[in-house]
Amino acid sequence: MAPAEPLTNTILYLDGVSVSFDGFRAINNLSLTLDKGEMRAIIGPNGAGKTTMMDLITGKTRPDKGDIYFDGAHDLTRYDEAEIANLGIGRKFQKPTVFECHTVEDNIALSLKGPRGAFRTIFDRRSASEPSRIDEILAIIRLTDRRDELAANLSHGQKQWLEIGMLLAQEPKLLLIDEPVAGMTDAETEETARLLRDIATRHSVIVVEHDMHFVRELGVKVTCLHEGSVLAEGSIDHVSQDPRVIEVYLGR
Amino acid sequence: MMTKRFFEGGLDRRIQLLLVVLVAAAVVVPVLNLAVPPTSSFHIPTHAVALMGKYLCYAMLALSLDLVWGYCGILSLGHGAFFALGGYAMGMYLMRQIGPRGVYGHPVLPDFMVFLNWKELPWYWYGFDQFWFAALMVMVAPGLLAFAFGWLAFRSRVTGVYLSIITQAMTYALLLAFFRNDMGFGGNNGLTDFKDILGFSLQAPATRAALFSATALVLALAVIVTARLVSSKYGKLMVAVRDAESRTRFLGWRPENIKLIAFTISAVMAGIAGALYVPQVGIINPSEFAPANSIEIVIWTAVGGRGTIMGPVIGAIAVNWAKSWFTAALPEVWLFALGALFVAVTLFLPKGLVGVWEQWSAARKARTKRASPTVPPEKTTATEPAASAARPAPVAAPLMGVEPKPAE
Repeated sequence: MAPAEPLTNTILYLDGVSVSFDGFRAINNLSLTLDKGEMRAIIGPNGAGKTTMMDLITGKTRPDKGDIYFDGAHDLTRYDEAEIANLGIGRKFQKPTVFECHTVEDNIALSLKGPRGAFRTIFDRRSASEPSRIDEILAIIRLTDRRDELAANLSHGQKQWLEIGMLLAQEPKLLLIDEPVAGMTDAETEETARLLRDIATRHSVIVVEHDMHFVRELGVKVTCLHEGSVLAEGSIDHVSQDPRVIEVYLGR
Repeated sequence: MMTKRFFEGGLDRRIQLLLVVLVAAAVVVPVLNLAVPPTSSFHIPTHAVALMGKYLCYAMLALSLDLVWGYCGILSLGHGAFFALGGYAMGMYLMRQIGPRGVYGHPVLPDFMVFLNWKELPWYWYGFDQFWFAALMVMVAPGLLAFAFGWLAFRSRVTGVYLSIITQAMTYALLLAFFRNDMGFGGNNGLTDFKDILGFSLQAPATRAALFSATALVLALAVIVTARLVSSKYGKLMVAVRDAESRTRFLGWRPENIKLIAFTISAVMAGIAGALYVPQVGIINPSEFAPANSIEIVIWTAVGGRGTIMGPVIGAIAVNWAKSWFTAALPEVWLFALGALFVAVTLFLPKGLVGVWEQWSAARKARTKRASPTVPPEKTTATEPAASAARPAPVAAPLMGVEPKPAE
């Protein structure tokens, strides 16, 4: 049963979620809500449960207890990864994961929203709207001139963008983005911040990131996780001045 | 309409060449065997026709393995089982064709059943006196086994080396089962002493030549189906699952279904290869289920070049030709040679013979490009010309150095 009243403007709702692996509490009574159209940055030390939280939302891991609701009606603990993806949640992995043996264009084409039956793809023809949609996404992620290149030949940063483009092709309501600027140059980091701010005008987004400079650049509400629950939440200035956050994460 | 759409386009020059060679062989070999007198140096003796037919069956078997291993990343070490099941289905038809001409002269029961004092034909032998039914079972039996096995294994997300081990266990279990006399498939001896197929004597050179032609044409059809399959959107998904299974899953696809389709189609193809093999070699027995056989299929495919259409066909023919030569000339050396071949291919030719040829032709192309004055400027500035020319066709093969990642 979905909690009725507070969810009208909430895209994601986690309440009292806990999960343990072999006695280790990765997530401990975590509660978090995300408004529709909001972009949120998640920070926290290694082992704080950031990636586990994403696993819980995308169905890779099941919680021991607690509720996870998406878009008001959907109890995410009852669906598997593919179903959750088709409900409208896109996930970018920490390590850029694209189809290296396919062209940039094919990477996007395979991600485009559409029927996901495996059998029908044997006889599938490209629909008329596909090329324009692909053009649009390639323009957003600035890879138009590399559309026929194999994804393996892209630079690290371009692979990150391609993966974000693949998420956009899914037309998700919520994007979960794990460490988008790890290993990027300063120029690429700035470009990625611009890209995410642009995406956030049309989607709800959760970004997990260590790079405080980048988080500041995003200019959104920040949640700091520690030992599987929320330690502090608020603006970047508020969170980065919190003595407990300084203690466990930022360092003195 | 769907079938027409399926067969449109998607065949590149190299595959067209392969098809032309196969169709030409289907016509020329029987002519050289039957119409050219044995005194002529162009004559192909009947035993050579049977041997070539056997190689083509192996080529089709290797192609079926390549579909799941090269394109979808499923290393099956039990593909011999599907081949043998198809072979047994054909063998059962050939046994029923013997009729009362067996050693014991029983009107219905095959000799081995009379020998075991069986009074009635087991229910699962019904219908095999009809060719159409046997032909159907050649596809249904391996297809069903693959579907059931794949449904369980892929849904439970068994991948990588664990999957390879259970496919090996599957073929070994079938080996043990078919060895038992009370299974009703002739036990240790298997099915043999075949007399004729569709009313034509299996000993007649014309029948043997016809079987060769049929094999070449069916292999050509298998090449077309595989080529179309891997160039479809489904084929791109297979490669996606091979290279990044969890990415595919988080995009909303179901890798288990993609694998299941490939595995089942591949098993049916292997079964057809087995059915064409049995009448040409004249026997099917449980040794076809031996795990070592299935491993050999992997070696043929690796030698030829996995993830390509040409590779497994060339690899199966080349390795088996070498096997025929070695086992006649230096029989004790063969297994060492096979082992050394596999090690050498793994270490030095990750893309097999086709990879070597591709590299060589790319290097040649790069040389002529450098020599010609009309080099497009952007080609030379951005990247090494050799590197850009060496880029393989999309989907064709895993890139050098971009090895499929182990499943997460």
